[in-house]
Formats: sequence, C-alpha cells, structure tokens
Amino acid sequence: MAKPYDLRRYPGFFAITLLCLVILYAPLVVVAVYSFNDSPSITIWEGFSLRWYVDVFTGPESGKFKEAAWNSFVIAITAATTATIIATLAATAVLRAGTFRLRTVSIGMISLPLMVPEIVTAVATLIFFNAIAIERGLMTILLAHIAFCIPFAYMPISARMQGIEATYEQAAMDLYATKRQAFTRILLPLMMPGIVSGFILAFIISLDDFIITNFVKGAGVETLPTAIFGAVKQGIKPNIMAISTLLLAVSIVMVALSWLIGRRDPAEGR
Amino acid sequence: MPQDRDIAIDVQGAVKRYGTFTALKTISLSIRDNEFFTLLGPSGCGKTTLLRMIAGFEDVTEGAIYLYGDEIDTLPPHKRPVNTVFQNYALFPHMTVLDNVGFGLEMLGKSKAEARARAGEVLEMVQLSQFAARKPSQLSGGQQQRVALARALAPRPKVLLLDEPLSALDLKLRKAMQVELKHLQRETGITFIFVTHDQEEALTMSDRIAVMSAGELQQLGEAREIYEHPRNVFVADFIGDTNLMEVTVDAVSNGRAQCHLGGGHRLTCDAVDGIGPGAKVHMSLRPERLFLSADPVADESLKGRVREMIYIGTDIATIVDLDGGPQFTVRSSNSSRGNARIFEPGTEVAVNMEQGAARLLID
Repeated sequence: MAKPYDLRRYPGFFAITLLCLVILYAPLVVVAVYSFNDSPSITIWEGFSLRWYVDVFTGPESGKFKEAAWNSFVIAITAATTATIIATLAATAVLRAGTFRLRTVSIGMISLPLMVPEIVTAVATLIFFNAIAIERGLMTILLAHIAFCIPFAYMPISARMQGIEATYEQAAMDLYATKRQAFTRILLPLMMPGIVSGFILAFIISLDDFIITNFVKGAGVETLPTAIFGAVKQGIKPNIMAISTLLLAVSIVMVALSWLIGRRDPAEGR
Repeated sequence: MPQDRDIAIDVQGAVKRYGTFTALKTISLSIRDNEFFTLLGPSGCGKTTLLRMIAGFEDVTEGAIYLYGDEIDTLPPHKRPVNTVFQNYALFPHMTVLDNVGFGLEMLGKSKAEARARAGEVLEMVQLSQFAARKPSQLSGGQQQRVALARALAPRPKVLLLDEPLSALDLKLRKAMQVELKHLQRETGITFIFVTHDQEEALTMSDRIAVMSAGELQQLGEAREIYEHPRNVFVADFIGDTNLMEVTVDAVSNGRAQCHLGGGHRLTCDAVDGIGPGAKVHMSLRPERLFLSADPVADESLKGRVREMIYIGTDIATIVDLDGGPQFTVRSSNSSRGNARIFEPGTEVAVNMEQGAARLLID
C-alpha cells in the first residue's frame, strides 16, 4: 500500500527518474562496454575482447601508464593521509575547544576552497610555487593535493563529530581520564567512521584531479589523469576506455568500502 | 578552612557568573557525610550548575568548594574523587557494558583484569550481570540508567553526583528506581547529591533538601521541615499543593497572630518573626490539612459553597468558594473515613483546619 505522500504516485515520477539515470550513467556504460570492443575503432562494435586491457598493461604506452598510475597512487595515499590528520585536528579544535576568537572565520576558511573555482586555485598554487622558487615535480603535486584535500576530508569528519555529544568526553574525564585519554579512548573511536569517509573522499579527489595537477606538475612527471589526457590528445584509442573503466572500478570499490564502514557504527553491538 | 570529617562537601560562598549573567548568587551549604542530599528547584534555578561546579565541569567564579576538608574547586574533573551519573547517561556507545563500568578504574591505573573484576561486582549489585557483554544501545532505558549508576559507583567515589538521572524514565520505573537508589545509598554508604525538579521525588528520597530558585538557596532542611514549615512563598508554592492566601495581620500576642483574609474571614496561626501587626503577607494552607463539615466545628471555621469536586483516585479534591472571598482547595482521602467529608457542588459547607495547618510566609 502506497502512503498518502508517496513520491512514486506523482505523475511523471518514473519518466523523470529514468531520464536522470540515463543522463548520469549512459556515458559511463558506453565507455565500460566499448572498453571490451575487439576493434581499434571507438565507435564500431566488432565483438568482445580483452585486448585493450592487455594493451594497457603490455602495449607500447604501458610503461608510461604504469609509472603514472604509481605516481597517482602514492600521491593519493600520502595526500589523503596527511589531509585526514590535519582535518581531524581542525575539527577537534573548531568543535571541541569552546568558543575562541576567529572560530567562525576558521570554519569559513576551511570550507572556502570548495567554492573557489579549481582553475583559480590551480593558477594561485602555481604562482605560489614559482614565488618560493620550488622546483616543480612530484613534491609540488603532493603539496597541492594535501592542500585541496583538507576541506573534503574535513566535511565528513566534522559532520560526524557534531553528532557526538560533549557529555561523552565529560563522562570520561569524570571517570579520571585526562583530556588526552578522553580524546584517544572515547572521541577518536566514535569519530572513526567519519575519519574513514573523509580519507576515502580525499583519496578519490586526489586520484582523479586533473586541473591543479596539470598546472603544478613538472615536465615529464605524470599522474594517471594527466597521462590519459596526454594520450587522448594523440587521438582516442580504446585503451583509454579500458584504463578509464579500471579507474571507475577503483572508485566504485572505494565508495562501497566507505559505505560499508560508515554503516558499521561502533555504537551498535555485534 | 573546615576540617570536619563529617562534612562531605562544603560549598562556601560559591558564585557563578557567565559574563554579566549571574547563574548562582553566593551559595553556602554543607552536605554531610553519608547523606542523601537533594538540590531541588525549577529549571534554570542553578541546581545543575552547582552540581557541575562540584564535578569540575564549571569554574567557580567566586568562593570555594571543599571535599572532606580539601579544596577541590581548582582541580580538573579527573583529579576529583567524585563521579557523576549524567542525565542522558552518556554511556560510551562503542564499549561493552562491562568496559563502561570498568573504565574509571582503568583510568585510575588498575589493571584490566582488576577493573573487570570490580565492574562485574558492581554490575551484580545493580542486577545487570547477564548484560555485561552487550553494548549500551542493546539495553532498555532503565537498564542503561543502572549501567550509568554502576559505572559511577565502580571507582568508589567519595561523593556521587546524580543529575536528574530518573527524568527520562516512565513513572513506574522511576518509582522503582527511587527505591533502588535510596537502597544503594544506604548499602554503599557513599554521600549522594541528587539534582531534581520533581518535588515528590525529592521528598521521597532525601535526608535533606536544598530548595533553590533563581540562583539562590531558598530553604535547606529535612523533607518534613520543608513541607510543613516552608520559609517563604516560593518554597510553599513549589513543594506540594497549597492554598496561598493574601492575609492582613491584625494583632500578634502570645506567639499567635490574628489575621483576616478577603471577605472578612478571620484566622489565627503561629506568629512568625518579622511579621508584625498591619503586615500584608501570604499564608499557606495545605489542602490535606483542611476538612469540610456541614456545620462549623470551631469559631474559626470559614463558610462557603462547594464549586466543584475532583476525583483524583487516592484523594478527592473539593474546591470551595468562601463567602465574599477567595477560593480554597480541600483534599480528603478517598476512604470510608474521608468520604464522610465529601460534599456535592452547590452545598453550603464550613472549611475547618487542623491544628497548625495555617502558616504565615515571608515573601
């Protein structure tokens, strides 16, 4: 029995839902399907094959892609870890240190980068690196990634922390825990689902960043997105579709992981 | 500095200000060793603020707090040998019941095994042994409440602070917990400081009660004293039901005050220091200390007419309009003895009072 305000009973609900899903997912499905195409053409289907996946790992461009993928992975892990630590500390300061001067300003400063057009951040970061005369390379990419990952990691962490009442820490301190013990024994475990979500979000954001990376990377240093872009400039080959599909699979796995961890609330008994 | 080992908590001139707002105005009170002491008052009266100052979650703006003679108001919460049962329990949701109860001991440096052994003991005391391995979310409200109690008792605090711990429970469970709390206090010999806004709860459980209002101590005494000899209008009105009448004092002699109320009705009651002839003050008449009769039984019976009869269950309340004057509520127990004093609406009756039923109050 449908409830009186059941959305599904509105006229056109099904059609609009379908349209949205098609617009969102059709391109992804096309790329994924054609990555298994046994043809050098990207538009003509000639039967199922894994040749482009083999090409990704063993083809003429495989060395370039492997190095780029390794760079991307190392940068994403390091940047996400660092950003998550900084974001956790920032959330603790903003939400648990009481009211202090510039608290509101701090909250704004942390989330503002989310609203700044990425190209502006990219140009600004490049100018900054030039100004302090740091040589462009992996290190500049890493520094830039840490910086722009912080607000993404901060969001789920602070959201989680806001839901944790301060009385838990008070109860811990009432039971002879020092401030530090109250943090490590009580607050940190309760925040863990938020921290994991923040880390995974930061990891994915770092993994697929193109604009900022393209600005601050040095000559000859590539991450997977810049390598793909470089290859596409020579013309789109089906191996690009294969590599994109692999990247998509990594993202899906990460998001699924994040969802599973977020669902496993430590408050629930198992 | 007090050295008396019979005084568990000594609050001396404690003041709490938030900016320009004064939450607590110079409170001084002594809580005795092994006492069930209640801070009673409406919300915003400062009772919870005072409790949090004892626990260490609020600074003391002025004054000092002593625990068995040692000043504690400058110590952080984790260095005060007092434990708190929080209003929302604040059980650690990621730990089992056993680890929750053992947490305090662990933080005191006891080994995990020792902490667990003692936690098991305390859980047995509150009859929750079979739930030791569960998480708090798998318990009912009443069970969570008992875990919170066990957790606070496990480290054997010198004083246990309870911040409205029963307010989230339903009536029946609350009544049962009142008895259990009182029992636990006797059994453990630990001084309990209990905060509540429920006057009935306070009267039922406490050895002594401090009635607070607007950041000030209104009266401190045993339950009977506070109920039967309220010091001022606030206490008389807040504790129990009462008929609060405006009266004028006509004369004072031999420790008795002759007064009259609206409509010219005359009454005599015990005189109170500071209330002399000509004073316009309030008088409290507890409804259960009054009784009705068809004809006046004494010179001072008040004549009136029954307006309404309300069936309460244990009692029957009768509302009487006095001739040319105020309204009275009279309560009589719903028993064969009390039923003789019940009258239908519209009946002419006399309102009579027991000895000492009327009390003059300072404002």
